[in-house]
Amino acid sequence: MIDVRGVEHGYAGKPVLRGVDLQVAAGEFVALFGANGAGKTTLLRILATLARPVRGRVVLGGFDLAVDPQALRAVVGFVGHHPLLYPELTAIENLQFYASLYGVEPARVRCDALLEQVGLMRQRAERVRYFSRGMQQRLAIARAILHSPRVLLLDEPHSGLDQNAAAQLDALLQAEAAAGRSVLLVTHDVQRGIALADRVLVLGRGRVVYACAAASVSATELAVHFAGADGT
Amino acid sequence: MLRVIGALLWKDLLSELRGRALLAALVVFALLTVVVFNYALDLERTVRASVGAGVLWVTIVFAATLALNRVFAAEREHALHEGLLLAPVERLAIYFGKLLSGLLFVLLVEAVVLPVFALLYDLPVAQPLNLAVLLLGTLGYLLPGTLLAALAAHARAREVLLPVLLFPVAMPVILSAVRASQEVLAGSAWVRVAPAFNLLVASDIIFLALAVLLFDQVVAE
Repeated sequence: MIDVRGVEHGYAGKPVLRGVDLQVAAGEFVALFGANGAGKTTLLRILATLARPVRGRVVLGGFDLAVDPQALRAVVGFVGHHPLLYPELTAIENLQFYASLYGVEPARVRCDALLEQVGLMRQRAERVRYFSRGMQQRLAIARAILHSPRVLLLDEPHSGLDQNAAAQLDALLQAEAAAGRSVLLVTHDVQRGIALADRVLVLGRGRVVYACAAASVSATELAVHFAGADGT
Repeated sequence: MLRVIGALLWKDLLSELRGRALLAALVVFALLTVVVFNYALDLERTVRASVGAGVLWVTIVFAATLALNRVFAAEREHALHEGLLLAPVERLAIYFGKLLSGLLFVLLVEAVVLPVFALLYDLPVAQPLNLAVLLLGTLGYLLPGTLLAALAAHARAREVLLPVLLFPVAMPVILSAVRASQEVLAGSAWVRVAPAFNLLVASDIIFLALAVLLFDQVVAE
């Protein structure tokens, strides 16, 4: 599960997050919306331990970021703006490298199963350098769930995917949530976010300014909150 | 930790073997330096050991600096360092993995350059004590170099920043390595080699301790 309380962060003295509170239960799928610069990516980077909060408490999968960041990293899967794949290595070599870092055993079996799951089995021995953006993104998802994390953090994972690949990713993410993982998805695609998530949140002016069950809100209604959160 | 270090080393070697971006450049650069100095300096037998040692270390230091610039910069280009930082591994494992990658690349360059150097300068470079000096000197340069390369990788002008930061810090290693090589190549007794050799060993230990203490802070946001 994800438990974030009073998280603050800023860049060059300019506050970006001003006390974010956020909870995601095990098996829950939450979509996080917000205008550009609202702090969505910063929040995800803090949860993934790539940035340090100035203030506040972050607990993921039962591990406190301030107390045991290394244990926390073991239970988090992260897909950010970069696929984090080595271009000169093949798909299977990339996954095997990350399997070594995460201590995944048996690596070969797990990597092959994931390549099958994301539809890249035929390209397993091809170098990532020659992959399309969509193929790289699918491999990035496989990398993120390689160690069966309890928490999955996704920052606009649909970008660069065609309709088929995006639908495939949707099914994969819902299966991950159904398997008991806490999923936090940052997206600009309001309709997709509502369709996928159990709950939606809007981040604005450095705080969570709106939260509701995804089933109880329409894309149009959410757009109104979106605009309000942006201050426009 | 060993598993992670091994994985990093395997990944860097495989990437280099496929991309061939770094090693070829290092070897060509090192060979050019050795050959150009050989033609520029018409060396008498009496000064060959002292000047030759200087040429050898200029070559190694420049090649090592080039290698260090690439060690973290390649990860930085595709934000791949984030993949390493996301993993539940000790930060020191990343440091040692990168240190060993850099060391392996520079030692490979030395393995190519040394026979050519021996031929052109007619110096006994293959003797065990000289090889020990080369290993300790290269390691001594890369120990702080890897730490500072991780720091400089975040900067825009990292190619300039790294040598500016590294040369003053690594000066004890460079000077003692040159002095030790001069004495060994001149055929001096151990008693004349020992002061520089011991300083080299001490520098390596100090830089190793500093890296262990500081690397976690260097890679933190």
